[in-house]
Amino acid sequence: MNETRHRVTLKVNGVVREATVPGRRLLSDCLRHDLGLTGTHVGCEHGVCGACTVLLDGEPVRSCLMFAVTADGHEITTVEGLARGDGEPSPVQRAFSECHALQCGFCTPGFLCAVTAFLRDNPAPSEEEALEAVSGNLCRCTGYQNILKAVHRAAEIQASEIQAAEIQAEEGGA
Amino acid sequence: MTTRLFGEPVQRREDARLVTGGGRYLDDLGAGALAAAFVRSPHAHARILDIDVSAALDVEGLVAIYTWEDLPGALAEPLPLLIPHPALTHGRTAYPLAKEIVRHVGEPVVMVVAPDRYLAEDACALIRVDYEILKPVVGIEEAAGGAHLVHEDVPGNVGAHLVQEVPGHGGVPAREAVDAAPHRLEFRLDIERSACTPLEGKGVYARWDADDGSLRIYSSTQTSTSVRMAIAAKLGLPLPKVEVVAPDVGGGFGVKIVHPWPEEILVPWAARLLNREVKWTEDRREHFVSSSHERGQVQRVRAGFDDDGRVLGLEVEILHDHGAYTPYGIIVPIITSTQLLGPYKVGAYRVEFSSLYTNTVQVTPYRGAGRPQGVFCMERTMDKIAAYLGKDRTEVRAANFIQPGEFPYDQGLMFQDGRPLIYDSGDYPEALRMLKELIGWDSFAEDKARAAAEGRRIGIGVGCYVEGTGVGPYEGGHVQITSDGRVHVSTGLTSQGQGHETVFAQIAATELGVPIEKVSVVTGDTRRFGYAVGTFASRAAVMSGNAIALACRKVREKALRIAAEALEADPRDLEITDGTVHVAGVPSASIPLATVAVLSNPLRYAFDEEARRATQFAGAGSDDRPPVAEGEEPGLEGRDYYSPVRSTFAAGMHAAIVETDPDTAEIRILRYAVVHDCGKLINPMIVEGQIHGGVAQGVGGALYEKMAYDEHGQLLNASFMDFLMPYATEVPHIETAHLETPSPLNPLGIKGAGEAGVIPVSAVIASAVEDAEGIAIDRMPISPSDLHHLRLER
Ligand code: FES
Ligand code: FES
Repeated sequence: MNETRHRVTLKVNGVVREATVPGRRLLSDCLRHDLGLTGTHVGCEHGVCGACTVLLDGEPVRSCLMFAVTADGHEITTVEGLARGDGEPSPVQRAFSECHALQCGFCTPGFLCAVTAFLRDNPAPSEEEALEAVSGNLCRCTGYQNILKAVHRAAEIQASEIQAAEIQAEEGGA
Repeated sequence: MTTRLFGEPVQRREDARLVTGGGRYLDDLGAGALAAAFVRSPHAHARILDIDVSAALDVEGLVAIYTWEDLPGALAEPLPLLIPHPALTHGRTAYPLAKEIVRHVGEPVVMVVAPDRYLAEDACALIRVDYEILKPVVGIEEAAGGAHLVHEDVPGNVGAHLVQEVPGHGGVPAREAVDAAPHRLEFRLDIERSACTPLEGKGVYARWDADDGSLRIYSSTQTSTSVRMAIAAKLGLPLPKVEVVAPDVGGGFGVKIVHPWPEEILVPWAARLLNREVKWTEDRREHFVSSSHERGQVQRVRAGFDDDGRVLGLEVEILHDHGAYTPYGIIVPIITSTQLLGPYKVGAYRVEFSSLYTNTVQVTPYRGAGRPQGVFCMERTMDKIAAYLGKDRTEVRAANFIQPGEFPYDQGLMFQDGRPLIYDSGDYPEALRMLKELIGWDSFAEDKARAAAEGRRIGIGVGCYVEGTGVGPYEGGHVQITSDGRVHVSTGLTSQGQGHETVFAQIAATELGVPIEKVSVVTGDTRRFGYAVGTFASRAAVMSGNAIALACRKVREKALRIAAEALEADPRDLEITDGTVHVAGVPSASIPLATVAVLSNPLRYAFDEEARRATQFAGAGSDDRPPVAEGEEPGLEGRDYYSPVRSTFAAGMHAAIVETDPDTAEIRILRYAVVHDCGKLINPMIVEGQIHGGVAQGVGGALYEKMAYDEHGQLLNASFMDFLMPYATEVPHIETAHLETPSPLNPLGIKGAGEAGVIPVSAVIASAVEDAEGIAIDRMPISPSDLHHLRLER
C-alpha cells in the first residue's frame, strides 16, 4: 500500500526548495516537516484559527487548507522570511514585540503574516480596518487589544521608515 | 545607569525568537520521529467486546499497535489520582488505554505507531472495535438522579460530597441565620461547561538512549518535574535516568497541569520498547474530546439579609459535574465553595457540594478554576438583594465588604491548599471607588435614560472577587554567575506565555545589580532544576519569583564576601552596580562580578585569561586556610526555596456596560473596566496582558462558549467552527486601573495575576444584561437566542 509521491518545487522565503510528497500532504505539514520551517503553526487544521497563515504569492492563505502539490511552482513567505535580509525584524515583528502583542506566541506567526500583507495594501488603516484585518485569526492569550495596538504601531514604523528612505533618496539625488 | 528593573514595563525577552519563527514548540521538535495516533471511543459509554487490528497491518511502514492488554506492570493500572481528599470517597481514574469499558467519547482505546501521522491515522481508521453500547449519563440532573451509573461501583454517581459550615455569632448555623433574617431570597443558578482551549494542543516526544539507559521526554506540560516522577514510576526507571523538558508551550490555562496524560506515559514507553523516537501531537478534535473541560455547575442558593443588604446567612448547594474521571480530585468545587465569599463578610455560611460523574470529558481546572462559578453565585446574590431592597448594587456590596483594618481576615474555611482561608491584605472599598470612577457608575442612570430616549437598551454591571494565589507547597530557584559575568537563573516550574524569562530576569537583575542582558532564565527543564510543583493557581511569580529573589540574595552575599576579601573592605560597605562590586562612594575600589566568580572557584587548571587568576600559583587566598573554606562551596551560585505558610489573596472588581438589541437580542459590550490588585507589580505591561487575555476568555464564557453534548454524550461542537472562541471582533477594549496592596507574606510583596481577568466576567455581564433588560439572568453563557427566549417568557 505505497502512496504515489509527487515532486513539488516551492520558492520559500526567496529560496527554491523541493520536496517529494504524497498528494494529500498539507502545505502546512510540508513546510513544517519536509522543509523544517516550523515557524508556521497549526492550531486547528480546519481553517478557522489562522495560525498556519502564510503568504502565497504575497497573499495570505491558510496553509492547512491547501495541499503542498497545489502550491507547486508558487512563491511562499513564512514567518521565517518576514525579517529583512540583514536579519533586522520587520516593522510588524518589531511592533508586536513593542506592544506586547504576544504571550505564548503560538498564534503569532499567523497574525504576523496576515498583518504584513494587510499593511502592504493599506499602510494607514483606520481602527475599523485594523480590527477587520485581524479578526480572522484566533488568539487565546492576549485578548487582542495589544495586537490591534501593534497593527497601528507597525503602520507608524513603516511610514517613518518610508519617510526616512525618501529623505535619504532626496539627499542622495541632490 | 540603573539596574533596578523590578516594576518596570520591560520588553519581553522571549519575543525575539517567537516573532521570527524561532520558537520551539512540541511539534517543532523531533523531525523524523515516529508518530503516534489513537483510536478513540466514538461512544460515551460502552463495553469493548473485540478489537480487530488485522486490516491495519498492511499500512505502509506500520510499526506497532497497542491495546490495554499489551501494557506491562504499573502501566496497566489506572492513572494516578493526583490530589486525594477525604471527601472524595469514590475517586476514579482512567486506564492509559481503555480496559473493558469506555466512559466518554474520545477515551483512548488503541495506540498506533507509524512513520508519520498520516499513516498512523490510516491504521487507526482500519482498526475495528466492537462495542456493546451502555446507557450514557449526560448532564448534572441526570447524574444526580442516579438512575444509570457511570461507574458500576459508584452509587448515585457521587464521587465526593463535602459540607463546610461557618456558623455566625453565637454559633448560629447558616440555615437558622437565613430563616431568622428580616429578608430572604431563594434561587437557582446554572453555569455551562467551557474549556481552556490553548491554541497549541498537548503533545509528547520521547527519545530513549539505549546505551545510557536514559529517557528524555519533551511535553507540552505545565509541570515537567511531576511528569518526570510519574513517568519514572510508571516505567520503573530510576529518577535520574529520566529527564523532562517543557519546550515553548502554546498556552495552557490549566489543562496542561493535569498529568500524566495517557499519552505522556504511553509515548515514552513505546519509545523505549521500540528503541525509536516517538512523538504524538494532539489535534484540535482530540483536544475537545479527550483533554479536560471545566465550569459546569448547578447552584441552589438561600440568602438571608437585613435592611442594609448585609448578608446574615448564606446557604449554597452545588452540584458539580466532574465528567468521567477525577484525576485532579475535587479542587474545582472546593475552590468554588471557598472563594465564593469574595471580599465579603457573611454572617453565617454553609456550603455543600456533590461532585458527580457523567459520561463526558473529565473536568479539571481551567483558568479561574471554580472561582468564576463561585463569584457568579455571590455576585448574583448581591444584585438580587439590591433589586429586592431597591438599593444601588454597589451600595449593597460596600455594606458587606471586609474593611482595610480587618486584615488578616479569617473566613473560617479550609482552602484548596488544605490551609485556613485567611486573606492577607486588600482594600476593597478603595477598589470599588476606583472602579465606579473609571466606568462612570454614578452618572450611568443619565446615560441609560438618554439611550432609552433613542430606543436603545443599555445596562451596567459590576462584579467583585478575591483570588487566592501563589499556593504552596513550594518552588525553588537556582542562580549561578559564571566567570564570563553571565547570570544563569533556573526554576523548575514551566511557562506557557506568561513572560517568565523576562520577569524572573527582572527580579534577578534587580537583586544582583547586573544588567538584564547578562541574565538568562530557564524554566521547566528538569536537567536544570529538579524540584518544582508547577504553573497553576496564579502562583509562578509569587512562588518562583520569591525563590529566585532569595537565591539571588544568597549569591549576592557570597559575592560580597569574596569581593570584600579581594578589596580588603568590609562587605557591609559594598554595593553591586551594573555587574561590578564596589565600595560605596569609591567607584575605583571595584571588582567585576565575573572576577568574583573566578575567585569563588579555586582552580588547578587555567583555560583562559580570567581563569588564570584562580589557579594555585596565582597567589590568591591565604596559606593557612583550605582553598574552599569550611561550610563554603566552590562557585558563585545559590539555590533557595520559597514555601509560604498559606496563599496570598489578590482581588479585583470589574464593570461593564452592555447594549442589547431590542429586535435581534444581540448583546454588545460597549465598555469594560477593570480595577486590579495583585500587590506589587513586577512588570505592569505583562500584568495588563494577563488581564486582557483573562477578560477575553471570560467574555467567551459569558456570551459564546459551551460544550454542546447531546443526550448520547456526543460533543456536537468539537471544532473551532462550532465552539465559538472569541475573535478580536468579540472582545471589548479593556480599561484598567491598578491598586497595589502588597502582600505581607512574601519578600517581594507580590500576589498572583494569571487568572484574575477571567474570574468575574460572567457575573459582570449577567449583571449588565439584567440591568439593560430588567430580566433575571440566572444561567450563563447567554446567547442572543437565550435572551430572546427569556424575553418571551417574561
Ligand atoms: S491551522 Fe490552519 S487555520 Fe487553524
Ligand atoms: S499569544 Fe497565545 S494564542 Fe496568541
